[in-house]
Amino acid sequence: MAYIDLRNDLPGIRGAMAFRPETARPLNDLVEILLHGPNSLTPGERELIATYVSSENDCYYCQTIHGAVAAASLNGDEALVKQVKHDFQNADISEKLKALLVIAGKVQRGGKHVTADDVARARAQGATDVEIHDTVLIAAAFCMFNRYVDGLGTSQPRDEAMYRERGKWIARDGYVNVSKEYLPA
Amino acid sequence: MPHIALPEGVPGIVSGFAFRPETAKPMRELAHVLLHGPNSLTPAERELIATYVSSRNDCYFCQTSHGAAAAAHLGKDWGLVDQVKRDFQAADVSDKLKALLTIAGKVQESGKRVTAEDVAHARELGATDMEIHDTVLIAAAFSMFNRYVDGLATWQPDDPTMYAAMGERLASQGYLIPSA
Repeated sequence: MAYIDLRNDLPGIRGAMAFRPETARPLNDLVEILLHGPNSLTPGERELIATYVSSENDCYYCQTIHGAVAAASLNGDEALVKQVKHDFQNADISEKLKALLVIAGKVQRGGKHVTADDVARARAQGATDVEIHDTVLIAAAFCMFNRYVDGLGTSQPRDEAMYRERGKWIARDGYVNVSKEYLPA
Repeated sequence: MPHIALPEGVPGIVSGFAFRPETAKPMRELAHVLLHGPNSLTPAERELIATYVSSRNDCYFCQTSHGAAAAAHLGKDWGLVDQVKRDFQAADVSDKLKALLTIAGKVQESGKRVTAEDVAHARELGATDMEIHDTVLIAAAFSMFNRYVDGLATWQPDDPTMYAAMGERLASQGYLIPSA
């Protein structure tokens, strides 16, 4: 049970968003652009960054739902998602994405951990400035979302089937569309 | 030197916003609702929470600009802003705000650090569920803004006049309007 009365039974961030639609709207707009909008990084790559940061922050709800969206964007490859969380350097992903995950992991600990060398290495693997920008912001944004979800003590059911189904739905329709389920029009 | 080609001569988060207007828009809207919109917490109280979290994250631009906004709301009481950053328990703020700052400090470390007792304590001192929610989200949001500003190595000038002017503008107009 959450620390405050959210006036609904929705799990994870949905309970908090339904409680406060005024902040839910910009939060959904931000995640939509970062993870679902047009980008030279694929949705699968961006969801893996979000999942990895949420895993580093030990947020069950976020790492599970974004892991499910990532898998849905990667032909259902749940093993790859697990491998990225566990040890991305040995995962079957591009060297560019590995360099971006290094940056994301540093942002998770603190923005000041990112070095010019980290950025140069990502650029040497083909990362553009917008891709580096978005990696930093995805990692920063999930340091917010993870704290929001855990800081309110939201309910986070251990129900893999639920996350898998919602993951497919979000991968197809995006965050803003899915949020209409629990936000007033 | 910023890590990517941000516009030159534009400080802190403003340079990230100028580089990527698509993400700037919801980030501005979020800050506006949290810090400037209608709320039973005063704008000064909310800016103090933002400043305190930014100070704990050692983000110079954010703690200085939001400290300036807080001071502008507080009749230029920069001493109180400094005291809240240094030791809020000894500051001349309400016990309710102290309890909320305790929650904010825990969120800054990790959401999991917040306990039911922290929340019960804030509630005993008069905090509503909405105020507790907004405190958690302000602290979480500044854990994002601070990482964004420092993670891109934005230009963060040491120019008290600039921050004072920025604080006055933010306090009077809020966060929706891009600054020049």
